[in-house]
Amino acid sequence: MKRHLISAADLTRDDAVLILDTAEEMARVADRPIKKLPTLRGRTVVNLFFEDSTRTRISFEAAAKRLSADVINFSAKGSSVSKGESLKDTALTLEAMGADAVVIRHGASGAPYRLATSGWIDGAVVNAGDGTHEHPTQALLDAFTMRRRLVGADSGLGRDLEGRRITIVGDILHSRVARSNVHLLNTLGAHVTLVAPPTLVPVGVEQWPCEISYGLDEVLPESDAVMMLRVQRERMNAAYFPTEREYSRRYGLDADRMARMPEHAIVMHPGPMVRGMEITAEVADSDRCTVVEQVANGVSIRMAVLYLLLGGYESAAPAAPSRTEENK
Amino acid sequence: MDAQHEAPGNAARPVLEAPDIARVLTRIAHEIVERAKGADDVVLLGIPTRGVFLARRLAEKLEEITGGKMPVGSLDITMYRDDLRLRPARALARTEIPGEGIEGRLVVLVDDVLFSGRTIRAALDALGDIGRPRAVQLAVLVDRGHRELPIRADYVGKNLPTSLRETVKVQLAEEDGRDAVLLGVERTAPAGGQ
Repeated sequence: MKRHLISAADLTRDDAVLILDTAEEMARVADRPIKKLPTLRGRTVVNLFFEDSTRTRISFEAAAKRLSADVINFSAKGSSVSKGESLKDTALTLEAMGADAVVIRHGASGAPYRLATSGWIDGAVVNAGDGTHEHPTQALLDAFTMRRRLVGADSGLGRDLEGRRITIVGDILHSRVARSNVHLLNTLGAHVTLVAPPTLVPVGVEQWPCEISYGLDEVLPESDAVMMLRVQRERMNAAYFPTEREYSRRYGLDADRMARMPEHAIVMHPGPMVRGMEITAEVADSDRCTVVEQVANGVSIRMAVLYLLLGGYESAAPAAPSRTEENK
Repeated sequence: MDAQHEAPGNAARPVLEAPDIARVLTRIAHEIVERAKGADDVVLLGIPTRGVFLARRLAEKLEEITGGKMPVGSLDITMYRDDLRLRPARALARTEIPGEGIEGRLVVLVDDVLFSGRTIRAALDALGDIGRPRAVQLAVLVDRGHRELPIRADYVGKNLPTSLRETVKVQLAEEDGRDAVLLGVERTAPAGGQ
């Protein structure tokens, strides 16, 4: 594992499988009477959120707390950022407070990278979504959900998603989730197809390791998982499609379309869902829709990431030889 | 874990062979039945990796002796270790608690080598987060001494007095293709490491 988690593209296949396997063990802690591990006692995790988020922040907070880390939540609203403080000064403040890990969400693509490489802080940096760039833990939890559903929780251990066909539908242009998923799923051996109106496909997408399609109906019958994305109106400053009704008709998932998917195929959504827009209520409430499962899996994945980044020694220096090696 | 990757040096000599290990496990099984007066409420929990295989073998022997079903599982202690920060983060192993649970039962922890006792300390902490057994006992294949904590085993396969420069390596068919306990000498003693 690297010291930071900035981009899903930085992960090798082995890194990614290790995270998924670790998350599988973390998921089992949730079934215990005491849902807590002492592993990160005395470590401080700062949730640095410059953009609104409920589920990601709560998920990271729950993950850190289950590992016994101390959690400091910092949101830009009502903080010194609203008074004009720069990212650098905020980072230096966190460093002075002794943060071992900083989980950052920022509206500007590249902010986590800047934080990790600037030398402002010593701790690990975890990208919790930056602009329209990446959201690696979301991609990991999506891959985890797919592996559990398509390969199996126990039989999936040590395995990737070789040969699975994943379709990602909707606002690819503004979606950091799509970008992270394309990289990670490709690393894990899956075939990814992006489906969107031409106006919502980013420039340079032909460099991405995936296929592009403009028609949802052709792709559905051969998809093992279909991931619906929300149309991010808050990031749109122009008209990308004529009407919502037309978008919904062509790119929304309803019961008829779901019936055309293979029997085993699942419907995913990173949330928040807009029912009636990209997904109908009937599909959202069906057994094949994994939205709630994805939220639960998010905590396991974030526990795994925090454990793998913070659970070992702090410095890159080789560890002192231990006397107790044979005891495993 | 590192020791197992080193090819057993020319100095490594077997102190227990496959038939010895089988005999030792049979004896421990009988001791468990004797001490637990029938082993009705015994739950065996192996500590990964090799402790799990030993626990399964012990369970088979106990089932032969008592004729009943013997609950057996595994207890991963990685997250409870006290030396986590001395090394890179390790991969986790499986914790599998049998359906009967451990509440109010006699848990017998099973491991291959008892050395510093730190693994068992971690196992006791891990157990505390899962439930409250009636009692906890410890069965090990080899006790090599050099305890760093006030911990002792209830059932010992073989007491093996060692020096700190020696290495003890347990091999089991399930993992290593053969059954043996090897005693070797560390080829390069780490300077000031111990």
